[in-house]
Amino acid sequence: MSEHLLSLAIWVPIVAGLIVLATGGDSRAGWARVIALLGALLGFLVTIPLYTEFADLHGGMQFVEKMPWIPAFNINYHLGVDGLSMFFVILNAFTTLLVVIAGWEVIEKRVAQYMAAFLIMSGLINGAFAAMDAMLFYVFFEAMLVPLYLIVGVWGGQNRVYAAIKLFLYTLMGSLLLLVTFIYLYFQAGKTFEIAEFQRVALPLAVQGFMMIAFFFAFAVKVPMFPVHTWLPDAHVEAPTGGSMVLAAITLKLGAYGFLRFALPIAPDAAREWGWIIIALSLVAVVYIGLVALVQTDMKKLVAYSSISHMGFVTLGFYMFADGAPTTYGVEGALVQMISHGFVSAAMFFCIGVMYDRVHSRKIADYGGVANTMPKFAAFFLLFAMANSGLPATSGFVGEFMVIIGAVKVNFWYAFAAATTLIFGAAYTLWMYKRVIFGEVANEHVAELKDVNLREFAVLAVLAVTVLGMGLYPQAFTEKMHTSVDTLITQVKHSKLP
Amino acid sequence: MTLASLNLVAALPEIWLLCAVSAVLLIDLFIKDEQRDITYALSLVALLGSAVLTIQGFSWTPRAAFSGMFVADAMSDVLKLGMYAAVGLMLAYSRAYAAYRQMYKGELFTLSLFALLGMMVMASATNLLTLYVGLELLSLSLYALVALPRDSKPATEAAMKYFVLGALASGMLLYGMSMIYGATGSLDIHAIAAKIADGSASRTLLVFGLVFIVTGIGFKLGNVPFHMWVPDVYQGSPTAVTLLIGSAPKLAAFAFVMRLLVQAMPGLLVDWQGMLIVLAVLSIGVGNIVAIAQTNLKRMLAYSTISHMGFMLLGILAGSAQGYAAGMFYAIVYAIMAVAGFGVVLLLSRAGFEAERLSDLKGLAQRSPWFAWMFLLVMFSMAGIPVFVGFFAKLAVIQAIVDIGLIWLAVVAVLFSLVGAFYYLRVVKLMFMDEPTDHSPIAVKLDMRVLLSINCLAVLVLGLMPDRLLQLCYESIRHSLGML
Repeated sequence: MSEHLLSLAIWVPIVAGLIVLATGGDSRAGWARVIALLGALLGFLVTIPLYTEFADLHGGMQFVEKMPWIPAFNINYHLGVDGLSMFFVILNAFTTLLVVIAGWEVIEKRVAQYMAAFLIMSGLINGAFAAMDAMLFYVFFEAMLVPLYLIVGVWGGQNRVYAAIKLFLYTLMGSLLLLVTFIYLYFQAGKTFEIAEFQRVALPLAVQGFMMIAFFFAFAVKVPMFPVHTWLPDAHVEAPTGGSMVLAAITLKLGAYGFLRFALPIAPDAAREWGWIIIALSLVAVVYIGLVALVQTDMKKLVAYSSISHMGFVTLGFYMFADGAPTTYGVEGALVQMISHGFVSAAMFFCIGVMYDRVHSRKIADYGGVANTMPKFAAFFLLFAMANSGLPATSGFVGEFMVIIGAVKVNFWYAFAAATTLIFGAAYTLWMYKRVIFGEVANEHVAELKDVNLREFAVLAVLAVTVLGMGLYPQAFTEKMHTSVDTLITQVKHSKLP
Repeated sequence: MTLASLNLVAALPEIWLLCAVSAVLLIDLFIKDEQRDITYALSLVALLGSAVLTIQGFSWTPRAAFSGMFVADAMSDVLKLGMYAAVGLMLAYSRAYAAYRQMYKGELFTLSLFALLGMMVMASATNLLTLYVGLELLSLSLYALVALPRDSKPATEAAMKYFVLGALASGMLLYGMSMIYGATGSLDIHAIAAKIADGSASRTLLVFGLVFIVTGIGFKLGNVPFHMWVPDVYQGSPTAVTLLIGSAPKLAAFAFVMRLLVQAMPGLLVDWQGMLIVLAVLSIGVGNIVAIAQTNLKRMLAYSTISHMGFMLLGILAGSAQGYAAGMFYAIVYAIMAVAGFGVVLLLSRAGFEAERLSDLKGLAQRSPWFAWMFLLVMFSMAGIPVFVGFFAKLAVIQAIVDIGLIWLAVVAVLFSLVGAFYYLRVVKLMFMDEPTDHSPIAVKLDMRVLLSINCLAVLVLGLMPDRLLQLCYESIRHSLGML
């Protein structure tokens, strides 16, 4: 069993998704929901051994599976995880489970297709995180767009079609350059798509520079980094709650993971040479996008911009070089930030979804005094808002703090600019919270609000426990990733110039 | 000419088909309109017979016939099997459609089969004249097929355009062939290749002839700037015929290009490579960009064909066994997708209603969820999204051109395919994200439902395991061209 864990993590949700799809029309929506829940639960359970059986001190790939897929191109079905990717497989399966519960009765139209799209996407994303073969990664990375496109486009809000097409084309643009890069590397590395071989092959600086550009377009769009971030607010605003949760919690991480797995180890010299560009863009994201978030009138847009700002920390952590390599604090902080953001942003979007389902508005101005009618909800929302602004003892604090420590080592001004987020983050999140939750009851919609039901309470409670747990005991995460991060740093330190 | 050098066995599928078509032609004269299913069944028997003969005679070693004017090799055999399948599916899909439009007559069957015979000859010809004869047999049958609905104005117009431009292209081709003949003194492709290789032929004359040949090929493939007939013919023809034009002949055209350029003129590789690069870039660019502006589904698919043919050329112009195999794979994959795509268009048509506008697809996911999903597979495959087979076809050709160092060309090709993704996405959007305007039920006969589903699912299944087909293409190219 355990040697096929990753395959199970990929195929259980996909097969469950196909079964859900087979239940057909909305007359059998109940079946679709139950099967989807079981599928997501099973999908989550099979990923747990990845954590419990993970060997902390093993720097390489674990749970490896390898068999030829397309010998004509030398593409292998080669899976494996290390400390950099293992958490995301679990996070993804976990988020999928929450999404299925979150959409339980909210989605009424084409339920089976909705649930199936999420389950299939979950499997594909796991595949991208676990792929050890570049073309296999690419296949999963791209194929994921198909369900995502349908999720945003079919179940989204008013302007969903525009958002769906924008999302698809933006991300496709990045990936196509990635494809050419992979094919180029295939020939350089001696006709193989193995990522490990790609990381070994020597490349002149100019070639590394071009690759860095290609990687930047492929992954920066997904992260998203300033200035290719504009698709995200549109997609988030129009996506259904579940779509936003997955988008923020998982798909953004896939972009950051790409930097870590491909851009840094394959083009380390280019990163040393031009990494400052990425740092500059990350700081712009942290500061400028933080300010943009401040003026939003739409809650979802606000959280979307806050996501971009938080993801700026991640890329900052990856590209801050001391002694020719990223710092341990920087990379681990960034990874912790990615995981934490997965929980916090999913929670934030879920909270907004809870209110949207009742009032059908995302405008901050349409709310006020929600605490009076939904006290339990307000308490949870407060916790997540605090985590989003980086309050110590929540998960949001750990990652940001580690990245800032890393930054101080490299350059005081990087740290200074990055630390402003603690102010801006608190400002935009808490100000929104104040306007929505506190004060007098604003209108009759708010007055009629019912507090969270059991289903919503369960989702919120699970997320709250995770956010607090991760804030109080981050070692549970960092100790698993430590060896892999060290391996990565040694790898990057080593010049690849011929 | 001795009987041994005739070696009729190698041409057995063609001979059988010719006899079978003639028989169908005669038998059909005695069949009443309501018994037309007999003609249909006989046509399928003819196809099946050819398929059996082709499979039975299959061998990796090329077998020449008619004193070297004709060859049955692995490449032609594989392509022929693809053609039988495409023509067979076309006949099956168009039954209901043809019946509504008074096209369900013997001519539909016999002309389709004659067109197939022309394609088979094209795939197997090793002499400039046989190549030309095959091409004309195909073209003339297609002109007549387009004009089959006699009182339809668009169809007649399309047939006229097709005929005039097709004749012009044939003229170009013949002119080019005559120059090659003048330079080398031979019509046999191997003799031409040998003459070019030993350097005794006049280079100027050869390249001059080559320009005309490439022009002719450009017309037939519908490459920009010789593409103007494609959208008009696709739009004007009855959809069943569009399906035929858009699928199997592409396989024949691939073989045609292989025989004319790769086998006859390998010594002029640098010359035709440059020309094909221009044709390919223009086709991929114009095809994808102009497709966005179309509101007519058939026209959109026409421009999509233009861009796909550009991609296929990318494989050929790489000039390596890998590249040719990639081109062959692309042609086969494209034929599968085209048959499936037009099959869905046929499905939407019914008595008195010709589905051809993009808006006719609106809300298909609610009218017929199953076929909406099927068409979604085809559209994403055409857009080149993994895991559908269209992605692997693009991967193969791009890999071939990166291998010879044309990275810029690869970047141009993928960027235009990004543009192309937009209009395929729009089709998916119309099906899944819009409300239907037309609520009439979609009545599908069981045989069509099964065949079309298999056809569409093939796009996914082949995408999950493309290796068999890829290896088959590599092997047949290597054996047929002697590139071992």
